[in-house]
Amino acid sequence: MTHPSDDRARLGLRESATFDRATIAAIHRAARTGVYDIRGWGAKRPLPHFDDLLFLGASISRYPLEGYRERCGTDVVLGGRNAKFPLHLDIPVTIAGMSFGALSGRAKEALGRGATEVGTSTTTGDGGMTPEERGQSKKLVYQYLPSRYGMNPDDLRKADAIEVVLGQGAKPGGGGMLLGQKISARVAGMRTLPEGIDQRSASRHPDWTGPDDLAIKIGELREITDWEKPVYVKVGATRTYYDVKLAVHAGADVVVVDGMQGGTAATQDVFIEHVGIPTLAAIPQAAQALRELGVHKKPGGVQLIVSGGIRNGADVAKALALGADAVAIGTAALIALGDNDPKWSAEYRELGSEAGFYDDFQDGKDPAGISTQDPELEARFDPVEGGRRLANYLRVLTMEAQTIARACGKRHVAGLEPEDLVAISIEAAAMAGVPLAGTDWIPGGNGGR
Amino acid sequence: MEQVTETFDLRATPLRQVNAALHAPGLSGRYIVENPQGAHSVAVGLNSPVKVEINGNVGYYAAGMNQRAEVTVNGSAGTGVAENMMSGMVWVKGNASQSAGATAHGGLLVIDGDAAARCGISMKGADIVVGGNIGHMSAFMAQAGRLVVRGDAGEALGDSIYEARIYVRGSVKGLGADCVPKEMRAEHVEELTGLLKAAGFEDDDPLSYTRYGSARTLYHFHAGNSSVY
Amino acid sequence: MCGIVGLHLRSPGLYPRLGELLAGMLCEMEERGADSAGIAVYGDPVWAPAGRGTISLLEVREPAPEVAAALGAELGTEVAVTPLDGTYLLNASADSLALLAAARKLYPDVVVGGFGEDLAVLKGVGRPRLLADSWGLAAAQGWQGVGHTRMATESAVTASGAHPYAVGPGQCLVHNGSFANHATIRRELRAAGVRFDSENDTEVAARFVASELAKGKDVEAALKELIGTFDGFYTLLVSNSESFAVVRDAIACKPAVIAETGDWVAMASEYRALAGLPGVRQARIWEPEPEVIYAWNR
Repeated sequence: MTHPSDDRARLGLRESATFDRATIAAIHRAARTGVYDIRGWGAKRPLPHFDDLLFLGASISRYPLEGYRERCGTDVVLGGRNAKFPLHLDIPVTIAGMSFGALSGRAKEALGRGATEVGTSTTTGDGGMTPEERGQSKKLVYQYLPSRYGMNPDDLRKADAIEVVLGQGAKPGGGGMLLGQKISARVAGMRTLPEGIDQRSASRHPDWTGPDDLAIKIGELREITDWEKPVYVKVGATRTYYDVKLAVHAGADVVVVDGMQGGTAATQDVFIEHVGIPTLAAIPQAAQALRELGVHKKPGGVQLIVSGGIRNGADVAKALALGADAVAIGTAALIALGDNDPKWSAEYRELGSEAGFYDDFQDGKDPAGISTQDPELEARFDPVEGGRRLANYLRVLTMEAQTIARACGKRHVAGLEPEDLVAISIEAAAMAGVPLAGTDWIPGGNGGR
Repeated sequence: MEQVTETFDLRATPLRQVNAALHAPGLSGRYIVENPQGAHSVAVGLNSPVKVEINGNVGYYAAGMNQRAEVTVNGSAGTGVAENMMSGMVWVKGNASQSAGATAHGGLLVIDGDAAARCGISMKGADIVVGGNIGHMSAFMAQAGRLVVRGDAGEALGDSIYEARIYVRGSVKGLGADCVPKEMRAEHVEELTGLLKAAGFEDDDPLSYTRYGSARTLYHFHAGNSSVY
Repeated sequence: MCGIVGLHLRSPGLYPRLGELLAGMLCEMEERGADSAGIAVYGDPVWAPAGRGTISLLEVREPAPEVAAALGAELGTEVAVTPLDGTYLLNASADSLALLAAARKLYPDVVVGGFGEDLAVLKGVGRPRLLADSWGLAAAQGWQGVGHTRMATESAVTASGAHPYAVGPGQCLVHNGSFANHATIRRELRAAGVRFDSENDTEVAARFVASELAKGKDVEAALKELIGTFDGFYTLLVSNSESFAVVRDAIACKPAVIAETGDWVAMASEYRALAGLPGVRQARIWEPEPEVIYAWNR
């Protein structure tokens, strides 16, 4: 029988902040299994994030735009620097790379449907391009990863953009991971792996290491595709200022920075929680790097896409204000599709979890049919309905960002700037480079920005 | 010898123009590329049953993502020759640098001389035949395909190998995790004979080769594997 | 990240062409790094006349004649100076270590590009091609040269951040790659009294090698010690008045090509930097093995 908290207090029971129950369970698990804990999702611990920033809306000195009549644009052009065919998106929210394998085929289809309905792009993941996704996604970004699973020039030529992935926010320095229960016949075929094995993946690219050799690799990809497509370079947020500069020097048309809140379908818990920096700390570094190179928010410049914990239109607006040209959503998109829906509560409990807590994407037992390869579970997921839900969510994100932008007097969400923001914590002020609300103070002296 | 359809001189013609010409849909014929002087990305992304001969040494990624074409490098090749090749053939008359045939899915890569480190890294179904030696970490995470080495292999051969098959005639400095010598059965002798013949080495005795492949003990994560990690 | 090049001439007949050949090699590596460049030339009669100690000073505020006069007064002997686009090449009838001591005494904050008995080091910010032109590199002569083109990684773009790091008499080091534990090694060297000019990881390697050489080790032993101490990916070219050595780390992801003929030995990050060397078609060309030290002595 467990004691309610009043009783615990009376009994003088006190939980250790260092060795709390979750930590105790983790140590027990390690002792029992001898293997690290693998899970999905992104960093779950509290971190300085967009919630610690607030917008300075209209006032006597700043006038708002009317809703509806007075337009607030949301379109964005990505990759105009070198490509014959840049990407024109209607909204500054894209769907981040998630693999077929990590996700079910139906989930990938839903992402394509929803994104296309509102005029934005989706991104393939570590398993390659499926015909369903290419068929459903009007604009498809094709990831080029260390594993090169399924990579082939036919798909490269079919893509609308190429994203060279060095890393992702959940595990900067780690490769893809997919466990045997999700390596179905189809997934195995696409990845040239035996069915049912646990996939081991490389952390580095097989034929280049470092920005000097990346420059040559980007040259090759452009030559193969006749300079038609924008080349993105994606990094997990670590030494972001230097990484963004090097990515630009190496030839990136677009840089994608994924903060530690960025999700994954499977990796070690310690990697997720203890490697990489918060999205908030990464964006100003990226923007500064681009500004110093003279390529930020300029025609023919390099665009910045930010991901890692984008949840609502306020997050979108804040990311744009701090310097992003667009954001990408991963975890949020899956939630929009139906992930962690309370209607599956009983099943989550059977799996040892709960709605709102479920992160065992690596197990492939997702009751919502999204992060599974089990055909019975996948059958529960309706991709048409899922696409509609995603489109709805993307519209809400966009309208919320527009509402905020209008309140700040902007004709286009791209007009949002750091000076529209203040912080309500010292950490957020320092990381975001904006003043603490009610003061002029930016801790760390704005780091020279 | 087939008539030359067109000759390109990289000293006079920009690489973009040469590759664009070689990308023309429905292309056929025989093409020569002169004076590469170590240029990168020569003859990449080919997708027609053409013959391309490159006279000189090439830089990185020559014949990258090759489909259907037969590319000959009359010289040595830099990093990643024939990387991600899907089909067709690439023949390097000299030596090849790192990551030769990396992640290639199909086709045949022949290197008359030596290949350096990471030969056949992450290969996904291609065939690679090396006349000389290969460097360290070759066939790292090699998933499928065949690698034949007439000379010696460096350290950590076949580390983390999946289902690719490796045949080495010379010595192996060291085997990587989960890579072990395997029995040469009749089907392997036949396979090796075919590969050697396709690469122009039909006088080699297949029985002088040792076969290496995966012990398949790393196919599932469990505590017992932690020492390998 | 970077491009590195090195040329060691065996035939005196080629000495007049050293600068021209080195300039060609350097410019081929511009795409690997266009932020800054540095070169070191051994044996140019104007830059580093025979029989005289030499020193290169970077980013000096005072005019060149004033610096030469001040050093001359300090050393009690005439000091000649050639100013070249932000670098002062000084030489005197004195030991290069004496020149170094005098320069440090008079200008405590000056960045020393290099010093030795026949060594000239030039470094600058900007495109390698333009720097080579402004230095007049193509006209330089000598028996050995190294060069580096830089795409800055974790440190800022300044001339002092460019390689080669020439931190011991006649010694140069150029590096392609990125070390991972240099901050700790730097702390240890600082604690032993070594002074650093930059936050650059390569400088740590150069000062480490210099300190091992100062302990009496030869280049090969010093590099063996480096291999055992430094984490990271690296191709290193280390030169001094007697030798030219190349080494790569155990994983050897960063590129390296060596070419050798009876007339010269050359090393570069990419073959195309070697493609213009005389007789390269007949050269023996190979890639260095990981953790093997390849050295040629004069």
